[in-house]
Amino acid sequence: MKELIKELTEAYGPSGNEDAVRETIKRHIAGHVSEMRVDALGNLIALKKGQPQSGIEPRKIMLAAHMDEIGVIVSQIDEKGFLRFAPVGGVNPLTLLGSRVIFADGMIGVIGRERPEKPDEFPKIEKMFIDVGAPDKEHLTRKVGDMAAFLRPLADLGQRLTAKAFDDRIGCAILVQTAQELETTPHDVYFVFTVQEEVGLRGALTSAFGVEPDVAIAVDITTTGDTPEAYPMAVSLGAGPAIKVKDRGMLAHPGVKNWMAETAERLGLPYQFEVLEAGTTDAMAIQTSRAGVAAGVLSIPTRYAHTPSEMVDYNDVQNAVKLLVGLLSGPVKI
Amino acid sequence: MLLLKELSEACGVSGNEGTVRQVILDAIRDRVDEYRTDALGNLIALKKGNGKTTRKVMIAAHMDEVGLMIMHIEKEGSLRFHPVGGIDDRVLLAKKVLIGENKVPGVIGAKPVHLLEPKAREQVVKFKEMSIDIGVSSKEEAERLVKVGDYAVFDVPFVELGGALRTVKGKAFDDRAGCAVLIELLQDRYPVDLYAAFTVQEEVGLRGARVAAYSIAPHLAFALEGTICDDLPKKGDTSPTTVLGKGPAITIMDRSVIADRRLVELLIDTAEKNGIPYQFKQPALGGTDAGAIHLSREGVPSAVVAVPSRYIHSPTSLLSLNDLENTVQLMRQTLARVNDLDLTR
Repeated sequence: MKELIKELTEAYGPSGNEDAVRETIKRHIAGHVSEMRVDALGNLIALKKGQPQSGIEPRKIMLAAHMDEIGVIVSQIDEKGFLRFAPVGGVNPLTLLGSRVIFADGMIGVIGRERPEKPDEFPKIEKMFIDVGAPDKEHLTRKVGDMAAFLRPLADLGQRLTAKAFDDRIGCAILVQTAQELETTPHDVYFVFTVQEEVGLRGALTSAFGVEPDVAIAVDITTTGDTPEAYPMAVSLGAGPAIKVKDRGMLAHPGVKNWMAETAERLGLPYQFEVLEAGTTDAMAIQTSRAGVAAGVLSIPTRYAHTPSEMVDYNDVQNAVKLLVGLLSGPVKI
Repeated sequence: MLLLKELSEACGVSGNEGTVRQVILDAIRDRVDEYRTDALGNLIALKKGNGKTTRKVMIAAHMDEVGLMIMHIEKEGSLRFHPVGGIDDRVLLAKKVLIGENKVPGVIGAKPVHLLEPKAREQVVKFKEMSIDIGVSSKEEAERLVKVGDYAVFDVPFVELGGALRTVKGKAFDDRAGCAVLIELLQDRYPVDLYAAFTVQEEVGLRGARVAAYSIAPHLAFALEGTICDDLPKKGDTSPTTVLGKGPAITIMDRSVIADRRLVELLIDTAEKNGIPYQFKQPALGGTDAGAIHLSREGVPSAVVAVPSRYIHSPTSLLSLNDLENTVQLMRQTLARVNDLDLTR
């Protein structure tokens, strides 16, 4: 699965520009689902139709993982060809200093910074710029509105992996792997790869309206509390995929939460419960779609979220796949 | 542009758009095939396509403007108020307003400079510390003229300033400029079913657009706006949001929407082919009806085209009639081609 994860994390896909990620996913998932379609905003909706199993009530289940990553957008170009930019999604200015970014056509730029007025001044995006090394403005091919993503290759550290955009390419990888490993299911399972989560859960909102699921599980990252002087949080890398109880935007449906925990127990899989104080996922938008959906989240513990080097535990990822396959193979007990 | 004058001077703060709606209705009644006013007050008019198509295009322009609402009458007759929509406290002091259906004139009083201590001159007075003076001496006298819940609009006449850019000034170009463009577009028939939605309550949360899009269920949408134009000289080399006179401004991304790339490319291509000047709005600022429309139901590919207007969300804004007319031209030519746009993915 590491090859798939590498391919997905290294793909270019800031919010609104997910085409390359979508094409990659389509290639990997074709043949493992009954039908695929792309909706008006670009969400990829892949259906694995259920095969009736006696004694199990078939349900419509939606799994969601978002294809977009945070990035930057060119807002102004000065007379020398330096590019001023604005964030796309939640970009921490500290992570920009010294970073490299890449545009859709492969052009690479470096983030520079105006000299600070005071030595300990907190870096601000308004005082930064992208330098693509153009000799002057006339030779510059960039335009206002071009988007760039962080440029960072995946590094395999053994049990752990580090890369940009584990948020939420790791969720996408898990969904792809689940579709490949899940041979049959009694349920109609919609693998939904959403767009524009980082700018407001937009793809999840509209795709949920279209799919109208009975139950939904978003697969996204969560943070951990296991690094030095970290914000207190009970989630740790390697302790298993996390079952969300609550985050800033939603309270997980208790039935979905318990169904996930009981299934993990039954299959002997490690898991942990998660309460996230800042941040939310696609599940928040899905939960309040139409007349409401029973929604939960399976979270992948991730250190250094929203930086160019996020870190996950490979066992957590594989156990997440096993848990999803287990959930989808049996009855929905919420 | 007589219609822009009438639209600009009409009073219609968010939630009270009736007068503006009437002006618009009078202008479009004979140009459209059907029209209706929905539960929130959106005016939705249909101009059917010329036969061969079922593609539905929604174009939204909002009727409401930012203004004030009277919250409390003090015992000596002055009025406390609250902004409706986003207004910078600093643009309020010393402004003239008109209150309620009877347009009672008032002034937002400012302390004379003689009375200000040096430190006080540097502080921003908050709207909670301001009051509107309608020239009465008691609460009883005031209550004969106005009541709590009345709306107040800025008292600003429309004036043509002229010049090479044919500039005009007036209130509420955000978004009476958009309304003027949309009314003009309804003169022609296009190869698509055009739903012109004159929306309500954009300034307080894109509320009218949200429900209008749900009922229209269009295949694609445009929002027409009067947008930020900050092109006067300032310290430091920062390019402006948009520039007066450089043509309609196309949005790539703002706080509410990432414009559909294919619609943006169609707009650019149409502008270039027809020799219409155009510019891009600086990303990541502001929000429009497209923010609500594109998230309606299963999603609607959407784009935003705007007339650059200096000083929006303050009593007096300023725009160029050249930009207004070029915006009409760009939209007219785009609507002529939008039926052929491939929206499959």
